[in-house]
Amino acid sequence: MGVTRTPTNITQGSQTKGGIGESTLRPDGTLKVTGEFAYSSDLWHEDMLWGFTLRSPHPHARIKSIDTSEALAQAGVYAVLTHDDLPTEHTKYGLEYTDTPVLADGVVRHHGEPVALVAADHPETARRAAAKIKVDYEPLPVVHDEASALADDAPILHPGRDDHHAGQVPHPNIVHRQPIIRGNAEEAAQRADVIVSGEYEVGMQDQAFLGPESGLAVPGEDGGVDLYVATQWLHSDLRQIAPVLGLPEEKVRMTLSGVGGAFGGREDLSMQIHACLLALRTGKPVKIVYNRFESFFGHVHRHPAKLWYEHGATKDGKITHMKCRIVLDGGAYASASPAVVGNASSLSVGPYVIDDVEIEAVALYTNNPPCGAMRGFGAVQACFAYESQMDKLAEKLGMDPVEFRQKNAMSQGTIMPTGQVVDSPAPVAELLRRVKAMPLPPEKQWEAAGDAADVRALPGGLSNTTHGEGVVRGIGYAVGIKNVGFSEGFDDYSTARVQLQVINGEPVATVHTAMAEVGQGGVTVHAQIARTELGVTQVVIHPADTQVGSAGSTSASRQTYMTGGAVKNTCEAVREKVLEIGRRKFGTYHPAWATAELLLESGKVVTDGGEPLADLVDVLEGETVDIELEWRHRPTEAFDLVTGQGFGHVQYSFAAHRAVVEVDTELGLVKVIELACAQDVGKALNPLSVKGQIQGGTTQGLGLAVMEEIIVSKDSKVRNPSFTDYLIPTILDTPTIPVDVLELADEHAPYGLRGIGEAPTLSSTPAVVSAIRAATGLALNRVPVRPEHITGT
Amino acid sequence: MRLTFNVNGRQQEADDVWEGESLLYVLRERLGLPGSKNACEQGECGSCTVRLDGVPVCSCLVAAGQAQDRDIVTVEGLADQAKKRAAAGCAGGACGTTLDEAKQWESKPADGQSGEASTSPLTLSPIQQAFIDAGAVQCGFCTPGLLVAADELLERNDSPSDADIREALSGNLCRCTGYEKILDAVRLAAARAGAETAGTGA
Repeated sequence: MGVTRTPTNITQGSQTKGGIGESTLRPDGTLKVTGEFAYSSDLWHEDMLWGFTLRSPHPHARIKSIDTSEALAQAGVYAVLTHDDLPTEHTKYGLEYTDTPVLADGVVRHHGEPVALVAADHPETARRAAAKIKVDYEPLPVVHDEASALADDAPILHPGRDDHHAGQVPHPNIVHRQPIIRGNAEEAAQRADVIVSGEYEVGMQDQAFLGPESGLAVPGEDGGVDLYVATQWLHSDLRQIAPVLGLPEEKVRMTLSGVGGAFGGREDLSMQIHACLLALRTGKPVKIVYNRFESFFGHVHRHPAKLWYEHGATKDGKITHMKCRIVLDGGAYASASPAVVGNASSLSVGPYVIDDVEIEAVALYTNNPPCGAMRGFGAVQACFAYESQMDKLAEKLGMDPVEFRQKNAMSQGTIMPTGQVVDSPAPVAELLRRVKAMPLPPEKQWEAAGDAADVRALPGGLSNTTHGEGVVRGIGYAVGIKNVGFSEGFDDYSTARVQLQVINGEPVATVHTAMAEVGQGGVTVHAQIARTELGVTQVVIHPADTQVGSAGSTSASRQTYMTGGAVKNTCEAVREKVLEIGRRKFGTYHPAWATAELLLESGKVVTDGGEPLADLVDVLEGETVDIELEWRHRPTEAFDLVTGQGFGHVQYSFAAHRAVVEVDTELGLVKVIELACAQDVGKALNPLSVKGQIQGGTTQGLGLAVMEEIIVSKDSKVRNPSFTDYLIPTILDTPTIPVDVLELADEHAPYGLRGIGEAPTLSSTPAVVSAIRAATGLALNRVPVRPEHITGT
Repeated sequence: MRLTFNVNGRQQEADDVWEGESLLYVLRERLGLPGSKNACEQGECGSCTVRLDGVPVCSCLVAAGQAQDRDIVTVEGLADQAKKRAAAGCAGGACGTTLDEAKQWESKPADGQSGEASTSPLTLSPIQQAFIDAGAVQCGFCTPGLLVAADELLERNDSPSDADIREALSGNLCRCTGYEKILDAVRLAAARAGAETAGTGA
């Protein structure tokens, strides 16, 4: 599919080759295909030890005693640490609430909670020594859902809370509650000709990034530590690590190592503090690498959710009102739950115009695995529910589901339930039109192709479970809305340092940020921006570390907007400085230096009319321009805690999907044949990377629809912590994903761009489930849909 | 135990190998070849795929001792002029990526406009080049295993159908790309090889 270009008034910079809008290639691509790219798990140091974490087998228990003597006595073991060995009174950390123990303090609150650490000279020695640590547990009653969390005799999981929401939550086992009230849903319901309601459930999804948690801590001669790690936000890690170690932040020097994917799962700390503690204790470099089993316990997951929705509509197809209640299971520790509640509530209405709403979202403390950030962040759960409701409403009204959505679609100027006016393009109806207009894949290939029919394209695939008998096709649509950037009044900024100098007779720009490159291609885009703004060919991307100011998190679809924006902003300042030098050196030679708008393009200073005035090399001769600046998006406001009103979000992002599935109705097997996506990206800085994000996000949504769930038993134990039992889509499960990219500029954003990483993860799931419903006629109110849900067995 | 085997065309020895170590561990932690990845260590994800006497295997499930006197090809051996990892000082002893090397992906001024980075002039294999050109690399953690598997596919089938590609790569998980660009890359490599063959009249 081609990229649709729309004229905008946004400044596009110079026409330098390799600049924005081109599909330039990744600067780390060669190293990644040769196996030389150093991921955090690849690091090695002379005299290095291996760390291992002993974790709780119980979801809730009191620790009566820990005996480490036998473990310590093992040959090759250098240290064993428990909570009692922590060096300061700061023994907890957390993204929003400081509620997570570095090592369990007398009680464990979830299956897999870290209890003790071992450092040894071989990973297997460390593992075996950990098995010799004797922990005497006294199991405690388990909180596993809303009823058990709020029961009269419920154990209070975090007594004496002092977080900023502690004073207003209705129960101490509620992490955060956000209501949103706008209009009068009760009154509006009187106007409805039809009312539909539903209860929906979303299972616990795992980020399943392929590079497990890992890193290397090297003790420094100054008593500090150098930490090489895969993370999403270096400075957020630093803020949480330094107090626990009892070190000033400047003595904890962090460098980003190669990151094997993230998707939200690296927002919280995992092995960072543990490796530093062992390194400082032993005086030796310590590497910790989780295996897949441990990784499932080592990071937070997507909140499982229960959602109750009611919508009404008039018989001409206008939605009258919406009421919903969303309960998110936050697990044992808060992580990002408060912000997830903010997103789930404020985006619960979807991309539709509904004036009268009553919304409530809560996150619970339970003894289930902690949940926090994952791509889509609260909006995924809501989207599955409201899109299921849209199909139900359309069916009840006898309307086409796409036309019904288009009739109620929001657009620029729509007022959100929070009272925020959507002040940039919101082409919801257009995205649905585009995705519906794409050609459909041919039907019944197993009949049309005759002997050439390929069993691999059928449900069951190579298992050869059908040759077409019992297979029914279904088509489903969905559309979603996601916020971009950090919301609710958070001071969201990024920092970029840009140097421009002549090296070997050529102007070279060096871009230094702390942005975590997790695979998304931020490093590619930074080089493109520098070329566009500074007119250079050569751009060096400096490794990300804490020697430069914070870049904020690689999450919330924000990095191209925020750190891209910061790089652009600093480049503009560098350009001003270069022009100032040029005027000083050459201003007398040509009047345009004083009068014209000047650009840096293809290694020259040129007028906006394209007339060259000087070579950059001559201007920069003997000079180095070096500037570091912070850059912010426009401020947002907190949501009112009673009414939910407030200018809470920076930008909105929209995608629509059409799913075509074939279902073997006898065996309950689903084959997704095609999953088409249309998305507005504002401006595609790198079209190849944009499509890669859309296709990757779409596939994770497919996984949630029909495959992926961490199974947590009633006693709060994790049942399937492996890729044998937790299935993510393989290349056989993933269909063709045609993409139609729309570019409608947002005038508030750099180059008019829109954050794109998450929106395609939202609508993919409900589109697939809608298609399965169309094929089977089943209600299917829960994801993932499993074969037994289809066969009823 | 002492292990002697051939890796990427070079005879290798590793001493003091514990019998429980996997081939993956020995490659990564003892021979300084961390290109093969440790994403699951359960034989499910394919990130550690290497060729053992030509056959693609999950090296995490191969006991190191099973590799005695056999031929291994890893992602590092895919390129004709792959960097010689097992240089003096590394063979037989523990050797991984040093911290200085860890910083080497910083793109260099001589990289050219694409920003492609390399510390030494490298000739990439066609499948490696195709992965870069098609945008099949995002985080890249699955890439080494996929490259070894795709290389093996193209060796035995020079014009695979999409269904053939999907079948051959079905043991390799990727979480970033949605596989579309990976399909593009394999198609591209096959098409380029086909064009080359046609061009030489072979």
